[in-house]
Amino acid sequence: MTSVARPAAVRRRRPPLRVPDWLLPWVSVLGVLVLFEVLPRIGVLPRDHFPPISETLSTLGEELGEAGFWEAVSNTLQGWALGLGIAAGLAIPIGIVIGSSRLLYRASRGVIEFLRPIPSVALIPLAILIYGTGLESKVFLAAFASFWQVLVATLYGVQDVDPVATDTARSFGFSRLQRLFRVTLPSAVPYIATGLRIASAVSLILTVTAELVIGAPGLGRSINLARSGGNEELMYALILTTGILGVLLNGIFVRAERRVLRWHPSQRSGEAGA
Amino acid sequence: MTRGRQRLLATGLEVTVPILLLVIWAVASSASETYYFPPLTDILSTFADTWVFERVGSDVVPSLVRMGLGFGIAVVVAISTGLLLGLSPRARRAAAPIVEFLRAIPPPALLPFAILVIGVGNSMKVFIIAFVCIWPILLNTIDGVTGVDPTLRDTTRVYGINRRDRLWRVMLPAASPQVFAGMRTSLSLALILMVISEMVASTNGIGYFVLQSQRTFAIPEMWSGILLLGILGYTLNGVFVLIERRVLRWHRGARASALG
Repeated sequence: MTSVARPAAVRRRRPPLRVPDWLLPWVSVLGVLVLFEVLPRIGVLPRDHFPPISETLSTLGEELGEAGFWEAVSNTLQGWALGLGIAAGLAIPIGIVIGSSRLLYRASRGVIEFLRPIPSVALIPLAILIYGTGLESKVFLAAFASFWQVLVATLYGVQDVDPVATDTARSFGFSRLQRLFRVTLPSAVPYIATGLRIASAVSLILTVTAELVIGAPGLGRSINLARSGGNEELMYALILTTGILGVLLNGIFVRAERRVLRWHPSQRSGEAGA
Repeated sequence: MTRGRQRLLATGLEVTVPILLLVIWAVASSASETYYFPPLTDILSTFADTWVFERVGSDVVPSLVRMGLGFGIAVVVAISTGLLLGLSPRARRAAAPIVEFLRAIPPPALLPFAILVIGVGNSMKVFIIAFVCIWPILLNTIDGVTGVDPTLRDTTRVYGINRRDRLWRVMLPAASPQVFAGMRTSLSLALILMVISEMVASTNGIGYFVLQSQRTFAIPEMWSGILLLGILGYTLNGVFVLIERRVLRWHRGARASALG
């Protein structure tokens, strides 16, 4: 029995020569960078569409000193934060309320399922009309799109609660409110966390989309301007920037998730299960 | 209230609430003088003129084909990659920075790149749709596989069940609720990206139609396009839920737990 509780003993023996675990991410990143440096230079990738990565990176380095670059970044971040904040503030409470009542869920399901898949980009003309071409359009589109991600995740989570746990809590005389905070919410949190993480990405996507299509100031517009100006290095540098932005934002969410979900199997590595 | 009556009430609400909302919209907009918010009846008659079935072949079918191809490619690539990465901690470590980075790039930012490299044809749209749809499925597959109860994992190993059976009979089924949640997210993303890609560079498709209507100030046409996109999304989702329910029948009844 004791050996089962110790996964370290179960783990297979390692062969002697291997890249150590901590080095693996660096090796793969380096590999990709080298590929994108060498392939355009030897002509496997067309040079006029793919500048070597070193040129893109040096352009990015120059941009870091420009005030206009930082202004675009902060414009994009502003749209992202407001969009996600509004979406989460509305979707989580609504999701919990709807999800914990069968009648409410059935009554709103049709409406939710109809409104949710309407691509917020289809509402771009309306957004321009009502909010103009600035920040407000961007926030409206981002909030609309990420709202459904969080709402659906919350609904899934609230409804996927182990019925045995709910029944147990009920038979132990937990009140509705106690059941909500002690059973329903904890088991829904992993879903909500995943939903928020995806919503954060969606909010960024819609912010950049609005900047591209409407022309609201921000990274999206700058990318479009770089392409139409024929400045491919700048275009790639800015695309890289949006990616880095996305990585940073996602990193924040993963960290927060790990803290909140320490108890959950997906966050435990190798521990014997409960 | 008895169980049967409650169920009846629930079904009744599900049918009546959307109808009620539509009626409210129709009444509120019936006397509408605002150019951008035409009466619902105008939108509906335009809808009938436009989409039954005049533009189905020219706009709806091309859109659906692009979307289906992109989504299909994404599902296959994401689930197989997700299983691989979920099962091998070392591969997960090595791929993590690349996956995180590619996933983090907002796909519309790649549109200028895709147009530059692939051109403005169908493959560009399929590429963008597939690119976006991969990440939620991949992420959820990895989460699902790593979230498999460690006891279950160890038990199958202790019982000497071979790798292939472990994969097909334990890991994949255990991860499937998560995978389906990811696919559901991706399905709506596919629709969104279909529209964006058609708005930016296309000569047909629903997204193209909506933007074109707006640019020519054909407001009822624009609304009818938005309505069609809603109906399309609803139908796609409905079909998807039916499939999900069939495939995950064992999960719902047996164990609706915090698999993640």
